[in-house]
Amino acid sequence: MSAFSFARLMALLRKESIQILRDSMTLRIIILVPIIQLFLFGYAINADPKHLPAGLLSIEDSKYTRTIAAALNASGYYNLRVLRSEAEAEAGLARGELTFVIQMPPDFDRAVDRGESPGVLVDADATDPAAIGNAVAALAQVVADLNRDLPPIRRLQPQTPPFQFVVHARYNPEQLTVLNVVPGLICIVLMFSTLFVTTMAITKERERGTMENLLAMPVRPIEVMIAKIAPYVVIGYIQVILILVTASIVFGLPIRGSIPLLLAALGVFIACNLALGVTFSTVSANQMQAIQLAQFTLMPSFLLSGFMFPFRGMPLWAQWFGNVFPTTHAMRIVRGMLLKGAGWSEIAADVWPMALFAVVVIAFATLLYRETLD
Amino acid sequence: MTAPAIAVRGLRKSFGGLKVVEGLDLTVAEGEICGFLGANGSGKTTTIRMLCGLLKPDGGEGHCLGCDIIAEPHAIRRQVGYMTQRFSLYEDLTVFENLDFVARVYEMPNRRAAVKAILERMELSNRRDQLAGQLSGGWKQRLALAACVLHQPKLLLLDEPTAGVDAKARREFWDLIHDMAVDGLTTLVSTHYMDEAERCKRIVYLARGRIVVQGGAAAVVANAGLAAFEGVGDDVDRVAVALRHTPGVEAAAVFGRALRVASLDREALRRAIGTRGGGLVWEEVEPRLDDVFIHMLTVQEKGG
Repeated sequence: MSAFSFARLMALLRKESIQILRDSMTLRIIILVPIIQLFLFGYAINADPKHLPAGLLSIEDSKYTRTIAAALNASGYYNLRVLRSEAEAEAGLARGELTFVIQMPPDFDRAVDRGESPGVLVDADATDPAAIGNAVAALAQVVADLNRDLPPIRRLQPQTPPFQFVVHARYNPEQLTVLNVVPGLICIVLMFSTLFVTTMAITKERERGTMENLLAMPVRPIEVMIAKIAPYVVIGYIQVILILVTASIVFGLPIRGSIPLLLAALGVFIACNLALGVTFSTVSANQMQAIQLAQFTLMPSFLLSGFMFPFRGMPLWAQWFGNVFPTTHAMRIVRGMLLKGAGWSEIAADVWPMALFAVVVIAFATLLYRETLD
Repeated sequence: MTAPAIAVRGLRKSFGGLKVVEGLDLTVAEGEICGFLGANGSGKTTTIRMLCGLLKPDGGEGHCLGCDIIAEPHAIRRQVGYMTQRFSLYEDLTVFENLDFVARVYEMPNRRAAVKAILERMELSNRRDQLAGQLSGGWKQRLALAACVLHQPKLLLLDEPTAGVDAKARREFWDLIHDMAVDGLTTLVSTHYMDEAERCKRIVYLARGRIVVQGGAAAVVANAGLAAFEGVGDDVDRVAVALRHTPGVEAAAVFGRALRVASLDREALRRAIGTRGGGLVWEEVEPRLDDVFIHMLTVQEKGG
């Protein structure tokens, strides 16, 4: 037997090609998924988020405030709306509905005219330092814009700007990226470990031939589904605790919110991933296909959830799409609870979409689970 | 007389345009051991799966243990023990754990005692804590049988239970089935082995999704109207090749130094032996069940 035979190689290549072409499901995934992803992420991802929601707190009607507001909107980075109270501002920041709150001091116009260079307080949600970086940088141009509007006598003094923005980086005063990345990583790591274990749930029964016996026995689909998911919820919790302890010891991550509430919310997140994994496992012929389907959800969870790129930077349709994925909500909950000390009222809006996702997906899997071999 | 355990009419099933079972009528009396025979692809497995509710028939009607096979598949599943062709218990669980799982799924009230009893009956007690995946073929079949009779079903559906199992293990397996028949258990068992078919009270022969012949083994042989001859000598292989292509010979098979030929037409067979059977010592013998089945398979291949 020769060390290498071209004919034998050709025989093997031919066999492999036939097998690949015959697996139409895999072939479709291989061809469609990259194209979909390219379009999806190409249009969705934007590392320079604009039109960030900002609130304006001003107790008086002021000429210069209107100019500043117009300039902020014109910069493209701010989407200003007028707030009525400080409480509204605080709640908006805590829920993540507002990224900035701009507070005009009293007697602003007069102070500017007198050349006192008053300070304008900008409260910025610094949980994601990258998301606010460019918007904060754009503030300088706003100051210059107002300078243009001033009476000529004031303009002649370039040493003293007409007013100053005082930026207050909230929740993450040192603007440490690690405080943003680690809570996100908690969700990503958890998603990986829980989604993939259940992709084999049903396919394993099918591949090993035990499915036929299971079907012949008096078990109902919903019983099978719950039994496939429940043990991994326990494993998921062990992982959560390990990750949280490591994150707080090694990365100095604060846990400002209630731990039981955090665990409860993460329980819903774990259930979502397990349910999704079981569903992929139910519709797939083998574990390989289930894993390929799971991978299709990994990329959006990475790229559209606000983990790698600012969520606000995405066009609205991409934000809608991103909101379908449990990871997006879990990420907000974990960041909010760890960094902002968010409580139930702040996270409720992110808990129910996850719960809904889990219920819909489990219902879907139960419907697709065939009780016969047809 | 009690109602039959299985009574179905006009059962049909096709997969992607291929008709696998076409209008099958089957009746199996309570307590009967019924052998299910036929070539590969003749519809045996599909029929068994339809009877226990694993496949939904395209058409037909009937009852299995008094339950409607279309409307009440769940009720049937509780009372049927189904043994799959491929080992389908959990290889990463022990013998005991597998049986315990089955007992729990069927919500048996006296679970511990039942598992213990079946372990003893199947002589599996010594292997109680062995992983199912580490058992040899014969013991795996025994475990599978234990698992499907554990919940005391009224009907056993066994799909080629002894494929790939040695002769001794096969015999012991059949002894167990006969023991259980004494207790009133009805059994429908598919097989390719003639010695097993002969141990059935009644055999049903399937071809192309239809029943071709059924009855007791002796009756099936007698009704076939086959003539068989056996020739003994040294040159059997060469004579077999010659005879196989001679008109009037439907089958010629070599068994050691003996050559068996069979045909419906005794005179044609005699002539064939006379012209091409030289060198062997011939005598007419009683046809056997396997002669009948080979004959039926040949007829089938010729499009009969």
